[in-house]
Amino acid sequence: MSDSARRPVKAVGLMSGGLDSTLAARLLKEQGVEVIGLHFNTGFCTVDHRRAIGRKDEDPRRLRNPALQAGAEAQVEVRVLDVADEYIEMVKHPKHGYGAAANPCIDCRIFMLNKARDVMKEVGADVVFTGEVLGQRPMSQHRNALDMIEKETGLKGRLVRPLSARHLPPTLAEADGRIDRQRLLGIKGRSRKDQERLAEDFAIEEYPQPSGGCCFLADRNFGRKFHDLVREEDATGRKVTREEIMLLKVGRHFRLAGTVKAIVGRDEAENGFLDRFSPGRWRLHAADHLGPVTLVQGEPEQGHLETAAAVTARYCDGRTEPAVRVLVERRPAALGAPGEPEASLVLTVPPAGEDLLASLRVGA
Amino acid sequence: MSRARVAGRGGSEELRRLEALQAPADLRGDRLIDAVGTYCPVPITRTAEALRRMAAGQVAELLADDRVVLLDMPAWCLSTGHEYLGFRQEGGEWRLFVRKK
Repeated sequence: MSDSARRPVKAVGLMSGGLDSTLAARLLKEQGVEVIGLHFNTGFCTVDHRRAIGRKDEDPRRLRNPALQAGAEAQVEVRVLDVADEYIEMVKHPKHGYGAAANPCIDCRIFMLNKARDVMKEVGADVVFTGEVLGQRPMSQHRNALDMIEKETGLKGRLVRPLSARHLPPTLAEADGRIDRQRLLGIKGRSRKDQERLAEDFAIEEYPQPSGGCCFLADRNFGRKFHDLVREEDATGRKVTREEIMLLKVGRHFRLAGTVKAIVGRDEAENGFLDRFSPGRWRLHAADHLGPVTLVQGEPEQGHLETAAAVTARYCDGRTEPAVRVLVERRPAALGAPGEPEASLVLTVPPAGEDLLASLRVGA
Repeated sequence: MSRARVAGRGGSEELRRLEALQAPADLRGDRLIDAVGTYCPVPITRTAEALRRMAAGQVAELLADDRVVLLDMPAWCLSTGHEYLGFRQEGGEWRLFVRKK
């Protein structure tokens, strides 16, 4: 018997913290496979964003990282990898295109599996695993997609999907008996019943509901704003920053000119979030009324600032007044340094009308 | 599908115990990681990075203001095998202590 046949099998897998990937890890661990879960920080997780927004009435237990919780409960090592910068570049121009919003589901799988393959080699693991279920997701989990993903990642024969394994050709480790194929499952399709029963067997009590709703990229409104920003990059050649993409998650967005945008906070939490990004941008708010914080990014001309002031006035408590005074400031670019404004003026403007808003609005 | 129920509660109970664990008032770390202003998973990735450069048995001290780290850090420790020594609150910030395995 060779060394590789004697030592326990080692598997590296994608762990979102959702039920399927958790079950996949548990199924392997249960048969003695040494499991390492990888959890990726892509910058597009809605839960991470809810933390950053910091609404005080939000129960912290609803914001915890589900992959870490699953890893702790199963005693499976979970490594958190920050891949956001690289991931953003992939999302701008995915080879296999988008779903209904800005969700490049196939490229996303390939991206993460390539990372997992690298870790597999680094730690001397034998296989990569995922919680994929054949036929569960229309874009990335039908048979052709699974085959193509396996081929593109160079993981042919090394990619185990424990929940659907019996419908798929045996991997090398299954073929030589080091992973017992009989203890893997043959789940298929969109029903969740088998997974729910299995969760009960494993005494997994808390897990996020599967929905795809945990990724901003699958949100159509976010998608419209994202595509608008990428169009700007493609048209101007100016590289869109990670910060600008993070700002797509909050506020109402208005394109004032080719590279000039206004972002208007919708509530106190969003205003606080926007304020953190105000250094280096123009910041507007109504001088005499409660209302939103507005950030203007790009290099606005006076006319753009007047339009942004009118939009700010429209969403403040003085929106029915004939004219509203709006304080317009630009602070130095050093983040975290409040400092004195580099420029400051007060514009008195009538609140913007609906037609103007509709002509400038990006997304819903 | 019929399967025997598998014991899995041990991890949950230990996790709940760790989440409530207060660190002794005089505990100090060998290395301080200031993650104030960042949100999970950044405090976790920074702690992991610091621990990689520390010796086994040394203690990392994380300063953070994202309250969710009080749940995520003990979970991460339980998952990776590092020892979670608890937290101390200081106003709106927390100090969390992790001993490298």
